Amino acid sequence: MTSPLGKDLLALEPLTPEQIGLILDTAEPFKEISERAIKKVPTLRGSTIVNLFFEPSTRTRISFEFAEKRLSADTVNVGATGSSVSKGETLVDTARNLEAMRIDMVVIRHGASGAAQFLAQRIESNVINAGDGTHEHPTQGLLDLLTLRDHFGDLRGLRVCIVGDVLHSRVARSNIWGLQKMGADVAVCGPRSLLPNAIAEFGITVFDRIEAAMEWAQALNVLRLQLERMTAGYIPSLREYNRVFGVTRERLERVDHDVLILHPGPMNRGVEIDSDVADGPQSVILNQVTNGVAIRMAVLYLLAGGRPELAETAKSTPGGDR
Amino acid sequence: MADEIVELHDGTEDLVLVGIQRRGVQLADRIARLIAEREGDTPRRGALDITLYRDDLQTVGPRPVVGPTDIPGDIDNARVVIVDDVLYTGRTVRAALDELADFGRPARIGLAVLIDRGGRELPIHADVVGKRVDLRRDQRVDVLVTELDGRDAVEVVPKSAPASDAGRAAGGGRSKKPASGGGRRAAGEASA
Repeated sequence: MTSPLGKDLLALEPLTPEQIGLILDTAEPFKEISERAIKKVPTLRGSTIVNLFFEPSTRTRISFEFAEKRLSADTVNVGATGSSVSKGETLVDTARNLEAMRIDMVVIRHGASGAAQFLAQRIESNVINAGDGTHEHPTQGLLDLLTLRDHFGDLRGLRVCIVGDVLHSRVARSNIWGLQKMGADVAVCGPRSLLPNAIAEFGITVFDRIEAAMEWAQALNVLRLQLERMTAGYIPSLREYNRVFGVTRERLERVDHDVLILHPGPMNRGVEIDSDVADGPQSVILNQVTNGVAIRMAVLYLLAGGRPELAETAKSTPGGDR
Repeated sequence: MADEIVELHDGTEDLVLVGIQRRGVQLADRIARLIAEREGDTPRRGALDITLYRDDLQTVGPRPVVGPTDIPGDIDNARVVIVDDVLYTGRTVRAALDELADFGRPARIGLAVLIDRGGRELPIHADVVGKRVDLRRDQRVDVLVTELDGRDAVEVVPKSAPASDAGRAAGGGRSKKPASGGGRRAAGEASA
Protein backbone atom coordinates (compact mmCIF):
# COMPACT_ATOMS: atom_id res chain seq x y z
CA MET A 1 0.00 0.00 0.00
CA THR A 2 1.05 3.53 -0.68
CA SER A 3 2.43 5.48 2.20
CA PRO A 4 0.64 8.76 2.88
CA LEU A 5 3.81 10.58 1.88
CA GLY A 6 4.57 8.65 -1.31
CA LYS A 7 7.80 6.72 -1.77
CA ASP A 8 10.31 9.32 -0.64
CA LEU A 9 10.76 12.44 1.45
CA LEU A 10 12.84 14.72 -0.75
CA ALA A 11 11.60 18.20 0.08
CA LEU A 12 8.83 20.10 1.82
CA GLU A 13 7.99 22.06 -1.32
CA PRO A 14 5.86 19.31 -2.95
CA LEU A 15 4.06 18.31 0.27
CA THR A 16 0.55 19.40 1.14
CA PRO A 17 -0.26 21.07 4.48
CA GLU A 18 -2.15 17.86 5.37
CA GLN A 19 0.93 15.72 4.78
CA ILE A 20 3.10 18.05 6.86
CA GLY A 21 0.44 18.07 9.57
CA LEU A 22 0.36 14.27 9.52
CA ILE A 23 4.14 14.06 10.06
CA LEU A 24 3.99 16.54 12.95
CA ASP A 25 1.05 14.71 14.55
CA THR A 26 2.76 11.36 14.10
CA ALA A 27 5.91 12.70 15.76
CA GLU A 28 3.98 13.44 18.99
CA PRO A 29 3.67 9.84 20.27
CA PHE A 30 7.25 9.11 19.17
CA LYS A 31 8.57 11.71 21.63
CA GLU A 32 7.53 9.45 24.49
CA ILE A 33 9.51 6.46 23.23
CA SER A 34 12.78 8.32 23.75
CA GLU A 35 11.77 8.91 27.39
CA ARG A 36 11.37 5.21 28.16
CA ALA A 37 13.94 3.12 29.97
CA ILE A 38 13.99 0.80 26.96
CA LYS A 39 14.02 3.27 24.09
CA LYS A 40 12.95 0.87 21.41
CA VAL A 41 9.84 -0.33 19.63
CA PRO A 42 9.82 -3.25 17.18
CA THR A 43 8.12 -1.35 14.35
CA LEU A 44 10.84 -1.55 11.67
CA ARG A 45 12.28 -4.88 12.76
CA GLY A 46 13.98 -6.54 9.82
CA SER A 47 14.25 -3.35 7.76
CA THR A 48 17.69 -2.30 6.62
CA ILE A 49 18.49 1.38 6.28
CA VAL A 50 21.65 2.83 4.77
CA ASN A 51 22.80 6.26 5.84
CA LEU A 52 24.76 7.67 2.90
CA PHE A 53 26.51 10.78 4.14
CA PHE A 54 28.69 12.41 1.50
CA GLU A 55 29.08 15.56 3.62
CA PRO A 56 30.16 15.82 7.22
CA SER A 57 27.33 15.83 9.75
CA THR A 58 27.08 15.06 13.42
CA ARG A 59 23.62 16.02 14.51
CA THR A 60 21.63 14.90 11.51
CA ARG A 61 23.46 11.60 11.05
CA ILE A 62 23.28 10.65 14.71
CA SER A 63 19.68 11.78 14.95
CA PHE A 64 18.71 9.58 12.00
CA GLU A 65 20.66 6.70 13.45
CA PHE A 66 18.93 7.01 16.82
CA ALA A 67 15.56 7.22 15.10
CA GLU A 68 16.32 4.10 13.06
CA LYS A 69 17.64 2.13 16.01
CA ARG A 70 14.73 3.12 18.24
CA LEU A 71 12.42 1.68 15.60
CA SER A 72 14.54 -1.54 15.58
CA ALA A 73 15.81 -1.13 12.01
CA ASP A 74 19.27 -2.37 11.08
CA THR A 75 21.51 0.47 9.98
CA VAL A 76 24.68 0.85 7.98
CA ASN A 77 26.61 4.11 7.71
CA VAL A 78 28.49 4.91 4.55
CA GLY A 79 30.66 8.00 4.23
CA ALA A 80 32.44 9.45 1.23
CA THR A 81 35.86 8.68 2.62
CA GLY A 82 36.72 5.10 3.32
CA SER A 83 34.22 3.83 0.73
CA SER A 84 34.38 3.23 -3.00
CA VAL A 85 33.17 6.79 -3.53
CA SER A 86 36.76 7.88 -3.02
CA LYS A 87 37.70 5.51 -5.86
CA GLY A 88 35.38 7.36 -8.20
CA GLU A 89 32.24 5.26 -8.02
CA THR A 90 29.14 7.20 -9.03
CA LEU A 91 26.29 7.87 -6.67
CA VAL A 92 23.89 5.62 -8.57
CA ASP A 93 26.37 2.76 -8.73
CA THR A 94 26.97 2.99 -5.01
CA ALA A 95 23.25 2.96 -4.31
CA ARG A 96 22.50 0.15 -6.78
CA ASN A 97 25.17 -1.98 -5.21
CA LEU A 98 23.71 -1.35 -1.81
CA GLU A 99 20.28 -2.16 -3.14
CA ALA A 100 21.59 -5.45 -4.52
CA MET A 101 22.29 -6.32 -0.88
CA ARG A 102 18.55 -5.92 -0.23
CA ILE A 103 18.12 -2.70 1.65
CA ASP A 104 14.83 -0.92 2.30
CA MET A 105 15.69 2.73 2.72
CA VAL A 106 18.42 5.21 1.99
CA VAL A 107 19.02 8.39 3.95
CA ILE A 108 21.22 10.65 1.87
CA ARG A 109 23.20 13.81 2.59
CA HIS A 110 24.96 15.19 -0.45
CA GLY A 111 26.66 18.41 -1.54
CA ALA A 112 24.81 18.61 -4.83
CA SER A 113 21.31 20.07 -4.95
CA GLY A 114 18.92 17.47 -6.32
CA ALA A 115 21.08 14.48 -5.41
CA ALA A 116 18.32 12.89 -3.32
CA GLN A 117 15.75 13.25 -6.08
CA PHE A 118 18.21 11.93 -8.66
CA LEU A 119 18.75 8.85 -6.52
CA ALA A 120 15.06 8.39 -5.70
CA GLN A 121 14.17 8.15 -9.38
CA ARG A 122 16.75 5.43 -9.95
CA ILE A 123 16.35 3.04 -7.03
CA GLU A 124 13.38 1.23 -5.57
CA SER A 125 14.18 1.86 -1.92
CA ASN A 126 12.58 4.73 -0.05
CA VAL A 127 14.85 7.77 -0.11
CA ILE A 128 14.98 10.41 2.62
CA ASN A 129 16.80 13.65 1.91
CA ALA A 130 19.06 14.58 4.83
CA GLY A 131 20.22 17.75 3.07
CA ASP A 132 21.15 18.23 -0.58
CA GLY A 133 23.40 21.14 -1.52
CA THR A 134 21.59 24.44 -1.14
CA HIS A 135 18.20 22.89 -1.99
CA GLU A 136 16.35 21.49 1.04
CA HIS A 137 16.77 19.77 4.38
CA PRO A 138 13.19 18.61 4.95
CA THR A 139 13.56 16.84 8.29
CA GLN A 140 15.26 19.93 9.73
CA GLY A 141 12.37 22.06 8.47
CA LEU A 142 9.91 19.63 10.04
CA LEU A 143 11.62 19.56 13.42
CA ASP A 144 11.68 23.37 13.42
CA LEU A 145 7.93 23.37 12.72
CA LEU A 146 7.37 20.86 15.53
CA THR A 147 9.43 22.92 17.98
CA LEU A 148 7.50 26.07 17.06
CA ARG A 149 4.18 24.26 17.35
CA ASP A 150 5.17 22.84 20.76
CA HIS A 151 5.81 26.36 22.00
CA PHE A 152 3.07 28.39 20.33
CA GLY A 153 0.40 25.72 19.92
CA ASP A 154 -0.49 26.80 16.39
CA LEU A 155 1.57 27.76 13.37
CA ARG A 156 -1.12 29.79 11.64
CA GLY A 157 -0.32 33.49 11.72
CA LEU A 158 2.93 32.90 13.59
CA ARG A 159 5.60 35.47 12.70
CA VAL A 160 8.93 33.75 12.11
CA CYS A 161 12.07 35.47 10.83
CA ILE A 162 14.96 33.51 9.35
CA VAL A 163 18.23 35.28 10.03
CA GLY A 164 21.52 35.03 8.19
CA ASP A 165 22.79 33.24 5.11
CA VAL A 166 19.49 32.46 3.42
CA LEU A 167 21.13 32.26 0.01
CA HIS A 168 23.13 29.12 0.70
CA SER A 169 20.85 27.57 3.29
CA ARG A 170 18.84 24.42 2.61
CA VAL A 171 17.48 24.80 6.13
CA ALA A 172 16.07 28.21 5.17
CA ARG A 173 14.39 26.80 2.06
CA SER A 174 12.73 23.95 3.91
CA ASN A 175 11.65 26.36 6.64
CA ILE A 176 10.18 28.83 4.18
CA TRP A 177 8.18 26.17 2.35
CA GLY A 178 7.04 24.45 5.52
CA LEU A 179 6.10 27.60 7.40
CA GLN A 180 4.22 29.12 4.46
CA LYS A 181 2.28 25.91 3.86
CA MET A 182 1.29 25.79 7.52
CA GLY A 183 0.03 29.38 7.38
CA ALA A 184 2.83 31.18 9.21
CA ASP A 185 4.15 34.62 8.26
CA VAL A 186 7.75 34.35 7.13
CA ALA A 187 10.42 37.03 7.00
CA VAL A 188 14.15 36.96 6.37
CA CYS A 189 16.90 39.18 7.67
CA GLY A 190 20.54 39.32 6.60
CA PRO A 191 23.03 41.10 4.42
CA ARG A 192 21.62 41.56 0.93
CA SER A 193 24.58 39.65 -0.46
CA LEU A 194 23.34 36.57 1.42
CA LEU A 195 19.65 36.86 0.47
CA PRO A 196 18.27 35.45 -2.80
CA ASN A 197 17.52 38.18 -5.33
CA ALA A 198 13.80 37.92 -5.84
CA ILE A 199 12.91 36.68 -2.36
CA ALA A 200 10.21 39.31 -1.78
CA GLU A 201 8.23 37.83 -4.67
CA PHE A 202 7.52 34.78 -2.54
CA GLY A 203 5.49 36.90 -0.13
CA ILE A 204 8.35 37.09 2.31
CA THR A 205 9.13 40.25 4.25
CA VAL A 206 12.75 41.34 4.12
CA PHE A 207 14.36 43.09 7.08
CA ASP A 208 17.67 44.84 6.60
CA ARG A 209 18.06 45.52 10.30
CA ILE A 210 18.05 42.78 12.91
CA GLU A 211 16.45 45.15 15.43
CA ALA A 212 13.41 45.57 13.18
CA ALA A 213 13.23 41.80 12.64
CA MET A 214 13.22 41.17 16.40
CA GLU A 215 10.55 43.80 16.89
CA TRP A 216 8.32 42.03 14.37
CA ALA A 217 9.03 38.36 15.02
CA GLN A 218 7.73 35.91 17.62
CA ALA A 219 10.53 33.54 16.76
CA LEU A 220 13.92 33.85 15.11
CA ASN A 221 15.50 30.94 13.30
CA VAL A 222 19.17 31.90 13.34
CA LEU A 223 21.14 30.21 10.58
CA ARG A 224 24.73 29.17 10.82
CA LEU A 225 27.03 31.59 9.04
CA GLN A 226 28.97 29.24 6.84
CA LEU A 227 32.48 30.45 7.49
CA GLU A 228 33.70 29.53 4.03
CA ARG A 229 31.39 32.29 2.73
CA MET A 230 33.62 34.91 4.17
CA THR A 231 36.51 34.11 1.88
CA ALA A 232 34.11 34.20 -1.06
CA GLY A 233 33.49 37.88 -0.43
CA TYR A 234 29.88 37.76 0.71
CA ILE A 235 30.58 39.61 3.95
CA PRO A 236 33.44 41.92 4.96
CA SER A 237 34.34 40.21 8.25
CA LEU A 238 32.92 38.03 10.99
CA ARG A 239 33.22 40.83 13.49
CA GLU A 240 31.25 43.18 11.35
CA TYR A 241 28.63 40.49 10.75
CA ASN A 242 28.28 40.00 14.48
CA ARG A 243 28.04 43.72 15.08
CA VAL A 244 25.30 44.25 12.47
CA PHE A 245 23.34 40.97 12.45
CA GLY A 246 24.40 39.12 15.59
CA VAL A 247 21.58 37.95 17.85
CA THR A 248 22.73 39.37 21.17
CA ARG A 249 21.16 39.65 24.59
CA GLU A 250 21.31 43.46 24.51
CA ARG A 251 19.27 43.48 21.32
CA LEU A 252 16.74 40.96 22.64
CA GLU A 253 16.31 42.91 25.87
CA ARG A 254 15.31 46.00 23.94
CA VAL A 255 12.32 44.19 22.45
CA ASP A 256 9.15 44.39 24.58
CA HIS A 257 8.01 40.80 23.88
CA ASP A 258 9.68 37.41 24.15
CA VAL A 259 11.32 36.14 21.00
CA LEU A 260 11.87 32.40 20.73
CA ILE A 261 15.33 31.50 19.45
CA LEU A 262 15.98 28.54 17.16
CA HIS A 263 19.26 27.51 15.56
CA PRO A 264 19.79 24.43 13.38
CA GLY A 265 23.39 23.99 14.57
CA PRO A 266 26.28 23.81 14.59
CA MET A 267 26.54 27.26 16.15
CA ASN A 268 29.29 29.80 15.68
CA ARG A 269 29.06 31.35 19.12
CA GLY A 270 29.94 35.02 18.99
CA VAL A 271 29.24 35.28 15.28
CA GLU A 272 25.56 34.83 14.39
CA ILE A 273 24.46 34.17 17.96
CA ASP A 274 25.88 35.09 21.36
CA SER A 275 26.42 32.44 23.99
CA ASP A 276 24.09 33.99 26.54
CA VAL A 277 21.29 33.93 23.95
CA ALA A 278 22.03 30.38 22.82
CA ASP A 279 22.00 29.17 26.44
CA GLY A 280 19.33 31.61 27.57
CA PRO A 281 15.73 31.08 28.63
CA GLN A 282 14.30 31.95 25.20
CA SER A 283 16.41 29.38 23.41
CA VAL A 284 14.80 26.12 22.28
CA ILE A 285 17.90 24.93 20.46
CA LEU A 286 18.17 21.70 22.45
CA ASN A 287 14.42 21.07 22.13
CA GLN A 288 15.03 21.14 18.39
CA VAL A 289 17.58 18.38 18.74
CA THR A 290 15.24 16.26 20.87
CA ASN A 291 12.39 16.80 18.42
CA GLY A 292 14.68 15.83 15.55
CA VAL A 293 14.68 12.21 16.66
CA ALA A 294 10.88 12.12 16.98
CA ILE A 295 10.38 13.74 13.56
CA ARG A 296 12.76 11.30 11.91
CA MET A 297 11.05 8.35 13.60
CA ALA A 298 7.73 9.63 12.29
CA VAL A 299 9.06 10.00 8.75
CA LEU A 300 10.62 6.52 8.82
CA TYR A 301 7.39 5.04 10.17
CA LEU A 302 5.22 6.76 7.58
CA LEU A 303 7.47 5.93 4.63
CA ALA A 304 8.25 2.34 5.54
CA GLY A 305 4.69 1.21 4.88
CA GLY A 306 4.75 2.21 1.24
CA ARG A 307 5.80 -0.20 -1.46
CA PRO A 308 7.65 1.46 -4.33
CA GLU A 309 5.60 0.07 -7.21
CA LEU A 310 2.42 1.61 -5.83
CA ALA A 311 4.11 4.82 -4.84
CA GLU A 312 4.87 5.87 -8.41
CA THR A 313 1.47 7.42 -8.84
CA ALA A 314 1.63 9.24 -5.54
CA LYS A 315 5.01 10.65 -6.43
CA SER A 316 3.93 12.25 -9.65
CA THR A 317 0.92 14.06 -8.21
CA PRO A 318 1.84 16.85 -5.78
CA GLY A 319 3.10 19.83 -7.76
CA GLY A 320 6.25 17.95 -8.63
CA ASP A 321 8.90 20.06 -10.25
CA ARG A 322 11.48 18.63 -12.63
CA MET B 1 -16.10 -5.94 36.21
CA ALA B 2 -14.64 -3.53 38.75
CA ASP B 3 -15.56 -5.88 41.59
CA GLU B 4 -14.11 -8.87 39.82
CA ILE B 5 -10.85 -7.07 39.19
CA VAL B 6 -10.52 -6.12 42.86
CA GLU B 7 -11.47 -9.62 43.94
CA LEU B 8 -9.00 -11.23 41.58
CA HIS B 9 -6.19 -9.07 42.90
CA ASP B 10 -7.12 -9.22 46.57
CA GLY B 11 -7.60 -5.47 46.80
CA THR B 12 -6.25 -2.41 45.05
CA GLU B 13 -2.69 -2.43 46.28
CA ASP B 14 -0.15 -2.06 43.43
CA LEU B 15 -3.00 -2.27 40.95
CA VAL B 16 -2.46 -0.49 37.61
CA LEU B 17 -5.20 -0.33 35.00
CA VAL B 18 -3.80 0.07 31.51
CA GLY B 19 -6.30 0.91 28.78
CA ILE B 20 -5.55 0.15 25.17
CA GLN B 21 -6.01 3.07 22.77
CA ARG B 22 -8.63 4.02 22.06
CA ARG B 23 -11.84 2.77 23.71
CA GLY B 24 -9.95 0.77 26.32
CA VAL B 25 -8.58 3.96 27.87
CA GLN B 26 -12.07 5.30 28.59
CA LEU B 27 -13.19 1.96 29.95
CA ALA B 28 -10.16 1.81 32.25
CA ASP B 29 -11.02 5.30 33.53
CA ARG B 30 -14.55 4.21 34.33
CA ILE B 31 -13.48 1.02 36.05
CA ALA B 32 -10.99 3.05 38.10
CA ARG B 33 -13.79 5.42 39.14
CA LEU B 34 -16.00 2.51 40.19
CA ILE B 35 -13.19 0.95 42.19
CA ALA B 36 -12.54 4.31 43.85
CA GLU B 37 -16.21 4.59 44.85
CA ARG B 38 -16.30 1.12 46.35
CA GLU B 39 -12.84 0.73 47.79
CA GLY B 40 -12.00 4.38 48.48
CA ASP B 41 -8.72 3.98 46.68
CA THR B 42 -8.09 4.96 43.06
CA PRO B 43 -5.82 2.58 41.19
CA ARG B 44 -3.16 4.03 38.92
CA ARG B 45 -4.15 4.28 35.28
CA GLY B 46 -2.14 4.16 32.08
CA ALA B 47 -2.71 4.22 28.35
CA LEU B 48 -1.07 2.01 25.79
CA ASP B 49 -1.00 2.41 22.03
CA ILE B 50 0.08 -0.87 20.52
CA THR B 51 0.30 0.27 16.89
CA LEU B 52 4.09 0.15 16.80
CA TYR B 53 4.03 -3.42 18.16
CA ARG B 54 1.52 -4.83 15.67
CA ASP B 55 2.53 -7.97 13.82
CA ASP B 56 0.89 -6.86 10.58
CA LEU B 57 2.46 -3.42 10.12
CA GLN B 58 4.18 -4.42 6.90
CA THR B 59 0.96 -5.54 5.31
CA VAL B 60 -1.77 -3.16 6.50
CA GLY B 61 -2.71 -0.30 4.24
CA PRO B 62 -2.07 3.35 4.96
CA ARG B 63 -0.11 3.74 8.15
CA PRO B 64 -2.40 3.63 11.17
CA VAL B 65 -2.42 6.71 13.36
CA VAL B 66 -0.33 6.26 16.50
CA GLY B 67 -1.92 7.48 19.72
CA PRO B 68 -0.19 8.44 22.93
CA THR B 69 1.25 5.89 25.32
CA ASP B 70 1.48 6.91 28.96
CA ILE B 71 2.53 4.42 31.60
CA PRO B 72 2.53 6.07 35.03
CA GLY B 73 5.62 5.45 37.09
CA ASP B 74 7.26 2.12 37.63
CA ILE B 75 5.37 -1.06 36.84
CA ASP B 76 7.98 -3.45 38.20
CA ASN B 77 6.20 -5.83 40.60
CA ALA B 78 2.89 -4.03 40.05
CA ARG B 79 -0.27 -5.93 39.22
CA VAL B 80 -1.28 -4.67 35.82
CA VAL B 81 -4.69 -5.18 34.28
CA ILE B 82 -4.94 -4.55 30.55
CA VAL B 83 -8.36 -3.10 29.70
CA ASP B 84 -9.78 -3.18 26.19
CA ASP B 85 -13.19 -2.90 24.60
CA VAL B 86 -13.30 -6.04 22.43
CA LEU B 87 -11.29 -9.25 22.56
CA TYR B 88 -11.18 -11.01 19.19
CA THR B 89 -8.07 -12.57 17.66
CA GLY B 90 -5.86 -11.84 20.67
CA ARG B 91 -3.23 -10.12 18.55
CA THR B 92 -3.74 -6.73 20.16
CA VAL B 93 -3.25 -8.28 23.58
CA ARG B 94 -0.11 -10.06 22.35
CA ALA B 95 1.25 -6.68 21.21
CA ALA B 96 0.26 -5.07 24.51
CA LEU B 97 2.11 -7.79 26.47
CA ASP B 98 5.23 -7.16 24.40
CA GLU B 99 4.99 -3.42 24.92
CA LEU B 100 4.43 -3.74 28.67
CA ALA B 101 7.51 -5.94 28.91
CA ASP B 102 9.53 -2.98 27.60
CA PHE B 103 8.33 -0.85 30.51
CA GLY B 104 9.09 -3.26 33.29
CA ARG B 105 8.33 -6.61 34.86
CA PRO B 106 4.95 -6.60 36.57
CA ALA B 107 4.24 -9.26 39.19
CA ARG B 108 1.14 -10.21 37.24
CA ILE B 109 -0.64 -9.04 34.09
CA GLY B 110 -4.38 -9.62 33.79
CA LEU B 111 -6.86 -8.87 31.04
CA ALA B 112 -10.31 -7.31 31.35
CA VAL B 113 -12.50 -6.79 28.28
CA LEU B 114 -16.01 -5.48 27.89
CA ILE B 115 -16.87 -7.87 25.04
CA ASP B 116 -15.33 -11.24 24.24
CA ARG B 117 -16.51 -12.13 20.76
CA GLY B 118 -14.58 -15.39 20.33
CA GLY B 119 -12.44 -16.13 17.26
CA ARG B 120 -9.04 -16.24 18.96
CA GLU B 121 -5.95 -16.81 16.82
CA LEU B 122 -3.54 -16.91 19.76
CA PRO B 123 -3.63 -18.73 23.12
CA ILE B 124 -4.95 -15.74 25.05
CA HIS B 125 -7.93 -15.50 27.38
CA ALA B 126 -9.44 -12.76 29.50
CA ASP B 127 -9.67 -12.86 33.31
CA VAL B 128 -12.64 -10.55 33.47
CA VAL B 129 -15.29 -10.33 30.75
CA GLY B 130 -18.29 -7.98 30.63
CA LYS B 131 -20.21 -10.03 28.10
CA ARG B 132 -19.46 -12.99 25.87
CA VAL B 133 -20.99 -13.11 22.38
CA ASP B 134 -20.31 -15.51 19.56
CA LEU B 135 -20.04 -13.70 16.27
CA ARG B 136 -19.35 -14.83 12.76
CA ARG B 137 -16.26 -13.65 10.90
CA ASP B 138 -18.36 -11.38 8.70
CA GLN B 139 -19.66 -9.53 11.73
CA ARG B 140 -18.04 -6.83 13.78
CA VAL B 141 -18.78 -5.46 17.20
CA ASP B 142 -18.42 -1.73 17.82
CA VAL B 143 -18.14 -0.40 21.35
CA LEU B 144 -19.12 3.26 21.63
CA VAL B 145 -18.32 5.39 24.65
CA THR B 146 -19.79 8.77 25.49
CA GLU B 147 -16.37 10.43 25.80
CA LEU B 148 -15.53 9.75 22.15
CA ASP B 149 -18.78 8.83 20.46
CA GLY B 150 -21.39 10.87 22.28
CA ARG B 151 -23.19 7.79 23.59
CA ASP B 152 -22.59 4.44 25.24
CA ALA B 153 -23.49 1.45 23.12
CA VAL B 154 -22.36 -1.94 21.94
CA GLU B 155 -23.42 -2.66 18.37
CA VAL B 156 -23.08 -5.72 16.18
CA VAL B 157 -22.75 -4.69 12.56
CA PRO B 158 -21.72 -6.37 9.29
CA LYS B 159 -17.96 -6.31 8.94
CA SER B 160 -18.19 -4.17 5.82
CA ALA B 161 -20.19 -1.44 7.57
CA PRO B 162 -18.45 1.91 7.86
CA ALA B 163 -17.01 2.58 11.30
CA SER B 164 -19.50 4.54 13.38
CA ASP B 165 -17.60 7.70 12.97
CA ALA B 166 -19.05 10.31 15.27
CA GLY B 167 -16.29 9.96 17.79
CA ARG B 168 -13.86 7.83 15.88
CA ALA B 169 -12.87 10.88 13.91
CA ALA B 170 -13.24 13.37 16.74
CA GLY B 171 -11.38 11.96 19.74
CA GLY B 172 -7.74 11.41 20.34
CA GLY B 173 -6.53 14.96 20.65
CA ARG B 174 -4.86 16.13 17.49
CA SER B 175 -6.42 15.73 14.12
CA LYS B 176 -7.01 12.48 12.38
CA LYS B 177 -6.39 13.06 8.70
CA PRO B 178 -8.07 11.07 5.92
CA ALA B 179 -4.65 10.28 4.48
CA SER B 180 -3.75 8.42 7.64
CA GLY B 181 -6.39 5.80 7.37
CA GLY B 182 -9.56 7.73 8.06
CA GLY B 183 -11.67 6.73 10.98
CA ARG B 184 -11.20 2.99 10.80
CA ARG B 185 -9.61 1.77 13.92
CA ALA B 186 -7.66 -1.36 13.42
CA ALA B 187 -7.42 -2.40 17.06
CA GLY B 188 -11.14 -2.51 17.64
CA GLU B 189 -12.14 -4.63 14.75
CA ALA B 190 -9.30 -6.26 12.94
CA SER B 191 -7.07 -7.37 15.72
CA ALA B 192 -8.78 -6.93 19.06
